[in-house]
Amino acid sequence: MAEAGRHPNIRVLANTDIETVEGEAGNFTVTVTRRPRYVNEDLCVGCRTCSTYCPQTLPNVFDENLSAAKAIDILCTQSIPAVAAVNREACLYFQNKCTICLGVCKAKAIDFSQKRKKGVMHVGAIIVSPGYEVFDAKIAGAYGYGRLKNVMNSLEFERVLSASGPSKGEVLRRSDGKIPSKIAWLQCVGSRDARVGHSYCSGICCTYAIKQMILVKHHYPSIEVSIFHNDIRSFGKGFEDFYNRARQMQGARFIRKRISSIKENKRNNNLIVTYTSDGCHTIEEEEFDMAVLSVGMSPSKANGALAGILGLELNHHGFCHTDSFSPGEIAGRPGIFAAATFTGPMDIPDSISSASGAGAAAAQLLSSRRGTLTLPKAYPIARFIEGEEPRIGVFVCHCGTNIAGVADVSSLLAHASALKDVVHCEDQVVSCASDSLQKITKAIKEKRLNRVVISACSPKDHEEAFREALRESGLNPYLLDIANIREQCTWVHYGSKDEANQKAKEIISMSVARARNLCPIEDIKLPINKNGLVIGGGLAGMKAALSLARQGFKVYLVEKNEELGGQLAMLHYTLDGMPVKPFLKNLIAEIKSNNNIEVFRGYELKSFAGYVGNFKSTLAGVNNAKAASVELEHGIVIVATGGQLLKPAEYRYGESQKVVTQQELEQMIASNSLPGDLKQVAIIQCVGARNEKRKYCSRICCGEALKNALKIKELNENTDVVVFYRDLRAYGFREDYYLQARDKGVLFIQYEPENKPEIDLQRESLSLSFYDSILNMKGELNPDLLILSTPIIPEGNQELSQLLRVSLTGDGFFMEAHMKLRPLDTATDGIFLCGMAHYPKYIPETINQADGAALRAATILSQNSITASGAVCWIAEDKCISCGACISVCRYGAIEFCETPHGKKAGINPVLCKGDGLCNSTCPTGAISLRHFVDEGITAQIDSAFEA
Amino acid sequence: MKDGAGSPVGAVLVVGGGISGVQASLDLASSGFKVYLVEKAPMIGGKMAQLDKTFPTLDCSL
Repeated sequence: MAEAGRHPNIRVLANTDIETVEGEAGNFTVTVTRRPRYVNEDLCVGCRTCSTYCPQTLPNVFDENLSAAKAIDILCTQSIPAVAAVNREACLYFQNKCTICLGVCKAKAIDFSQKRKKGVMHVGAIIVSPGYEVFDAKIAGAYGYGRLKNVMNSLEFERVLSASGPSKGEVLRRSDGKIPSKIAWLQCVGSRDARVGHSYCSGICCTYAIKQMILVKHHYPSIEVSIFHNDIRSFGKGFEDFYNRARQMQGARFIRKRISSIKENKRNNNLIVTYTSDGCHTIEEEEFDMAVLSVGMSPSKANGALAGILGLELNHHGFCHTDSFSPGEIAGRPGIFAAATFTGPMDIPDSISSASGAGAAAAQLLSSRRGTLTLPKAYPIARFIEGEEPRIGVFVCHCGTNIAGVADVSSLLAHASALKDVVHCEDQVVSCASDSLQKITKAIKEKRLNRVVISACSPKDHEEAFREALRESGLNPYLLDIANIREQCTWVHYGSKDEANQKAKEIISMSVARARNLCPIEDIKLPINKNGLVIGGGLAGMKAALSLARQGFKVYLVEKNEELGGQLAMLHYTLDGMPVKPFLKNLIAEIKSNNNIEVFRGYELKSFAGYVGNFKSTLAGVNNAKAASVELEHGIVIVATGGQLLKPAEYRYGESQKVVTQQELEQMIASNSLPGDLKQVAIIQCVGARNEKRKYCSRICCGEALKNALKIKELNENTDVVVFYRDLRAYGFREDYYLQARDKGVLFIQYEPENKPEIDLQRESLSLSFYDSILNMKGELNPDLLILSTPIIPEGNQELSQLLRVSLTGDGFFMEAHMKLRPLDTATDGIFLCGMAHYPKYIPETINQADGAALRAATILSQNSITASGAVCWIAEDKCISCGACISVCRYGAIEFCETPHGKKAGINPVLCKGDGLCNSTCPTGAISLRHFVDEGITAQIDSAFEA
Repeated sequence: MKDGAGSPVGAVLVVGGGISGVQASLDLASSGFKVYLVEKAPMIGGKMAQLDKTFPTLDCSL
């Protein structure tokens, strides 16, 4: 978030509405209106003094109205922009000319004369990602939301759990402020419920409710947590493990029941939930202290107006209409792309993939204009400081009241100014605000500072912004040290102010001691090879290659088989009824005719070396030993190796002709070889998945089963189709097809893993005995055909993972850099990931990831050089005894032996080195030092701590 | 504006400043395009900024 606020090429326009859009792809004219915030964004320093004095209180919408805000306020501490805004409806200035805030604002930032401002911009493409709204639980009236105090919705509960929320992370009942002892979660509120107009599944509620249960249990082990659910749809990467973890918690219950109503016990405001059990014959009740309604995603109310302005169509659910093969494109509106929850419910990593995917489509369209409206930032040449005595500037941040509310900033300033070599001291309300950064830059120039200490928050928060201030002043950015007096002091010691103040002084002294020893470090600039390597020629690989090629980059596409297509070639139609073969044929033709793409079929990666921007690979023939190996140089890698369908080892598969996989069934249907007179077909879900050996949910099998069940019914409506499932995971709009299948008479029977359907191995014909765990009864079937839904399993990932040095998850899929926020990156710079190499997924999800990975890769390939931090390790060759200890501890492969005039010595590749210091603490002769953390600096820091 | 009709404009409008709008903006701005990120609320961040921790890693969301 903060990065977007700082990026020189992004202009953030908050408080702004889109009015009109005219023109066409490549050339749109957009008019917007900026509503006045009555605060000048350039002047406001975010100190919130105005809010402190504002007499008008109103509910804080950021806290879902559970806390109070003022009529002029910043609703959340990490707000971007970090400036106040006036709520016009509540503000007393507009009622009786109250001007208290004007008087207290030292920055003179408040401006009630601001008017609505129209703006016009010219853009080549538009990405639409207006998000979603949470379902209004008042519509599901039987649950008492809005009437009963101890019923809240899940987003409100999210704020309650938050340490920065209305009760500082304490879970308290609204009726009496007490900690509850029994909490119930109710699933599918505003999802999978045609009565409230939302037949679709929101896809996120099962897993977020599980998360909330786990968080409550972490904080309050004695609270009993119960969840009343339909299917548990934890279908994403890592979700099944998470679900299993929650099931094993003491005092956690998973109850497969739908609650019909919630009543209040008037004596104690407890909640009595009612449900039916025993096949709807008995009505049961249970009392809870608190209930959380797991509300689903609703399309934004503004979607209709936005669709009108943009000239696009919404589907019958109110989300933007897209199809399986072009999930980000909008039919009839080239140049306008839809992203994330605008197209349907999805979770955060899918939203991010979809956003990058839509971005890729825009980047393809505008590739000829890349760099025409952006300017590289220019800095003054860094001052030469060698030989100068240290001249240290110390800046102490108030961080609003975060620091100043606990420590006495004026005493910190007095302390700092008495320290040796400190020539400038200054306090700042918020040091990371843009005007404060400018003041730092100005002070460095005017006072000729050559070292800077910022006493503020963790370097993880804003170190880069402060380094930028140094660069702009012409000082090497590594001449900065951050004294973390917030996370490591005032936040943790807010209860003991005197001690906290003393500790803050000592932290500053230590920081100044280190700063004295800091030396300038030059970052390393390297050229970038602008070619891309895509490994895997299935849907993901082809789409990624095509997107990169269309963005103007040369691509090498490697496929180990003789034909392109991967798993996509096994499919014939999609759940939404689109034929796959013409799409695949067209895609292959596009790959072949694109001059930027060079395809290597029947090849695989044999060796791999280098680093981001400069990789070197060798390809070798898979089955043809005589095929000459190919040497390639490239700047990035996209891993798109896909997966394969598990061949089952149970239910007489391979022994009986009547037992087939979903893929084999689809092949039979497509080739018209399915017998027309089938009386009964049985489908078993989760064969070889969600078990001890293979714990994950393969995500797509439920949709595939629905697709084929509907197809069988379409071919012969008299064929009985019975689906044995554990949790029918038809998330998103797939729920529509689940309903359709039930309407057409497909029978769904739920089973638990300890009571799996069993096949009688003795009999000639197929005989299947089962136990229906919802109806509590046994049964037997004699289907003509048994179809097994087996999971997608990883394919060849182990070897590739070792070659590329990219880790795999426990399930054998490639691991992303961050499960939530960086789903398409890997931990290795320059290596990206998409498709089923990441996890099983449907066609539109694969396409989003593939396009997204291509744009992520383009953020590197579009640069002319790459900058690697100079704060890396360095080896004194004369001290190296060539023992290799450093090489074995380095996790990045950054050290190797090099030939020198004095024999083999360890050498560091500064681009691969992450500066974690493992090697220098391991080196037996002290030959290795970490440039930005030299021994002299650390020793001085420690000495200073003991002096105090 | 230099670009006449017919020649595409190297800028992109992103409507919505939630996590997806921010991601699209960052990726495009970092690959050579000017981005206008339009948000109707006074701050960007959307729903994700309101979440406490996210599944399944339980990381903080901001």
